[in-house]
Amino acid sequence: MTAAAPATPAALAATALHTISLLVRNKPGVLVRVALVFSRRGFNIESLVVSPAFDAEIDGYKSAPGEFSRMTITCSGDPENLEQIVKQIEKLIDVVHAVDHTGQAAIECEIALLKIKVSLKDRTEILQIAENYKAKVVDYGQNSLIARCAGESDKLDAFIALLKPYGISELVRSGKILMARGLAAT
Amino acid sequence: MSAPQPSVKTMTGGEMVIRCLEREGVEYVYGYSGGAAMPIFDALVDSKIKLVLVRHEQGATHMADGYARSSGRPGVVLVTSGPGATNCVTGLLTALMDSVPMIVLTGQTITSMLGKDAFQEADVTGITYPVVKHSYLVKNAADIPRVMKEAFHIATTGRPGPVLIDLPKDITQGPCSAPFVDQVSIPGYKIPGRADMAGVKQAAAYLSKARKPVLYVGHGAVMSGAGEAILRLAEKMGAPIVNTLLGKGACREDHPLHLGMLGMHGTAYANKAVDGCDLIMAIGARWDDRITGKLSEFCKDAIKLHIDVDRAEFSKIVKPHVSMLGDAKLVIEDLLPLVTKADTADWVKEVGAWRKAFPLKYPKKGGLRAQYVLDRLDKLGGRDCIITTDVGQHQMWAAQFCLTTKNRHWLSSGGAGTMGFGFPSAIGAAMANPGKKAWCVVGDGGFQMTLCELATAMLQKVDVKILVINNSYLGMIRQWQELFFDNRLSGADLEGNPDFVKLAEAYGMKAWRVKRTGDVDKVLKKAMEHKGPCLVEAEVVKEDNVFPMIPAGAALSGMIIEKPKTKMEKPTGST
Repeated sequence: MTAAAPATPAALAATALHTISLLVRNKPGVLVRVALVFSRRGFNIESLVVSPAFDAEIDGYKSAPGEFSRMTITCSGDPENLEQIVKQIEKLIDVVHAVDHTGQAAIECEIALLKIKVSLKDRTEILQIAENYKAKVVDYGQNSLIARCAGESDKLDAFIALLKPYGISELVRSGKILMARGLAAT
Repeated sequence: MSAPQPSVKTMTGGEMVIRCLEREGVEYVYGYSGGAAMPIFDALVDSKIKLVLVRHEQGATHMADGYARSSGRPGVVLVTSGPGATNCVTGLLTALMDSVPMIVLTGQTITSMLGKDAFQEADVTGITYPVVKHSYLVKNAADIPRVMKEAFHIATTGRPGPVLIDLPKDITQGPCSAPFVDQVSIPGYKIPGRADMAGVKQAAAYLSKARKPVLYVGHGAVMSGAGEAILRLAEKMGAPIVNTLLGKGACREDHPLHLGMLGMHGTAYANKAVDGCDLIMAIGARWDDRITGKLSEFCKDAIKLHIDVDRAEFSKIVKPHVSMLGDAKLVIEDLLPLVTKADTADWVKEVGAWRKAFPLKYPKKGGLRAQYVLDRLDKLGGRDCIITTDVGQHQMWAAQFCLTTKNRHWLSSGGAGTMGFGFPSAIGAAMANPGKKAWCVVGDGGFQMTLCELATAMLQKVDVKILVINNSYLGMIRQWQELFFDNRLSGADLEGNPDFVKLAEAYGMKAWRVKRTGDVDKVLKKAMEHKGPCLVEAEVVKEDNVFPMIPAGAALSGMIIEKPKTKMEKPTGST
C-alpha cells in the first residue's frame, strides 16, 4: 500500500461510523419517513438494510406475520446530531423503537460480492487470498470470477483492498446488519 | 311467513368517514369541495356536522387550527386532491410547528390511477411527510374506521400535531362494511404522563436552592392547562414568570410575579431576569432561537431544568441539568410538595426595579401609534376576548400590550410565523367559543393573504372583530432594513393596498377607519358592541419600530431599548 492511495468512501466513513437499528411497521412510506429525518439534517446514509422481522410480541401487541420490519442503518456524522436523529426517528409513529449501537458490543455482519477480471497467471494468487478470507468463489468464468465474502465490514474492506490490484470490475455489498449481544434489544 | 326484511343499506366509505367524525364529537368541518372529495361531501349532507365552506384551503387549515388552539379539541379540514391538498401545506406546517391537533382529510384520485398523473392528482402523502405528525393513504375501505380512530388519537395525545388522511375516491365511493373501532393499538407510541420521580426530586432540590430563579413558560403549559399549578409554584418559591409568545395565557400576565414575554421583542425586564437568573426552568417550551439569542451566552452559568412531553426536545438546543419527561401540569403538581421556599426576596426586588426602570414605552407624538391602539384594546375589554394575531410588528406589539389573563385566549403563529394565519384562526376560535368575541389583530400585509375569508366570516356570522393595523408597509421587514441594511428598502412598501373599509363593505361587513388618537376609544367601543363580524382599520404611523429588540443571534445582554445612534451589524442568527 502506498500512502498516496485515495481513501475509499467506506474507509472515510469508517472514521466516524454509527449503526442504528430500528423496528418498524412494514408499511409504505416508512422508509421515506426515516430517510427524511437524515436528509433534513444533511446526514448521508452509508448503508441501509431492510428485512422482515420475526413475528414477536411487542409490548403485549401480538403482531401478524410480516407486520414489522428491521432496518439497520449505517451513517457517519457527529454524535450529538446523531442523538437528535435517533430521538426524531423514535418519534415517528411507524417506528416501534430505534437503538444506536455505536460503541456497543454487538454482532455485526456484511456480505460482499466481487467480480474480478482474472488472467490465468493471477488465478492461483486470488484463490489463495479468497481462501484466507474464507471467501467462496461462486462463479468461475473463462476470464472472470465472482467471490462471495462474509464477515465484519472491516474484514471486507481488507479483502477488497487486497484484490484491488488484480482488477475488480464490480462490487456489491449488502450493507451491515447487526444484533445486540445477550438479551439486550437490537 | 313474515314480510321480507328491507335490505340494510351498506355505508359508503365516505359515509363511514363522516360517521367516524361524528363519533369523535366533531362539530365543524372546514372544507372546500372538489371532484375527488365528492363522496365525502355528499355524506356530509345527512350529518349533523356543520360544513364551513371556506374560500381557500389555507383558510380552512387556519380556521381548524384556531378552533383547536382555543378549545383543545382537534380541528378538522376536508379538501379535494391535488391543488386542494397542496394549499393545505402551509396550514399543516403552522400546526406542526406549534403542536396543534388537527385532522386533514384530502380526496385523492382512484387507487388504480395513483401515480399515473391523473387529473388533480398529487403525491399528497409524499408532499406532506415533513409537515405532519403522521399520515395515512387509505387503500382499503375496511381500514377507514381504524385509521380514523388512530388519527384522532395520534393528533391529540402526547405532543399534539396534525394528521393527514388521503382518501382515494373509489374508497370513499365504494362500500365499507367494517365495524367501528374503539381501541387503538400502536406499538412503540408512548404518551408521557407523570415524570420519573428521581428527576423530579433532583429538580426540586435545585429549585429549593435557587436564589434567582425564573420560570419560563411555553405553549406546552397552555395545552396542558398547567397555569394554576405554575402560579402556585411561583408563589411558593418567589420565582418570577416569563412566557414565550405562545405561552401567553398559561399564567395570567397581570400577576405581580409575571414579567410578560421574553425573547427578541420581549419586555426588557423579562430578558434582564433571564439574563441574570441562577436557575431557569422551561415548562413546555423549547429554547427557540427567538428566546435564547446567542446560545453560547444564554444563561451561561444558570441551572437549566426542562419539562417537556417530547423527549426529542431535551438537549436539542440546550442541554438541561435535569430533564423531566411528562405532562407539564402533572410534573409541576409533583414538584410542588417537594419544593421548599427559597430566599428570593432580593431577586424579586431586583426584578421589580427593572420593571420600573425599563417599562414598555413608545413615542406618544407624530400620529396614531399601533401600540396605543393595542393598549386601548387591552383596556377596553380585550382581556376578556380571544386575541389572534398575524405575523410581524403588530404581532409583537399585541404580545407586549395586550395582556393575556386566560388560558387559550391568545392565538398566534409562532414556530412557522405564517402570515395569513390571524384572520381565519379568529373565525375558528369564535366558532369554538360561542359567546366569546375574537379580536384578530392583523397587519395590512398578512390580512391580504387570507382576506377572501371575509365571505366565510359573514356567512357564519361569527363574532370576529378584525383590527387592521395599517402602516402600508411590511413593517418588520422595513424595520430590519432601516436598522441593518442602511434603510435600503426592498420589497417592504405595500403600495397598492385597497381601501380596507370599502373592501369590508363590499362583503356586507360593518367597518370603521380610525386615523386620530382621539377617536380610538370611540371606534373600538363601537366594534366591541357590534353584533357579528366587523372591521376596524387603524391607519397608523408608517415608520415605527418594535422595541425592545435583541438582534437575531445576539446575546440577551445585546438587547436594545430604542433605536441606536450608530449603525448596527447585520444579524447573524437564524432569520
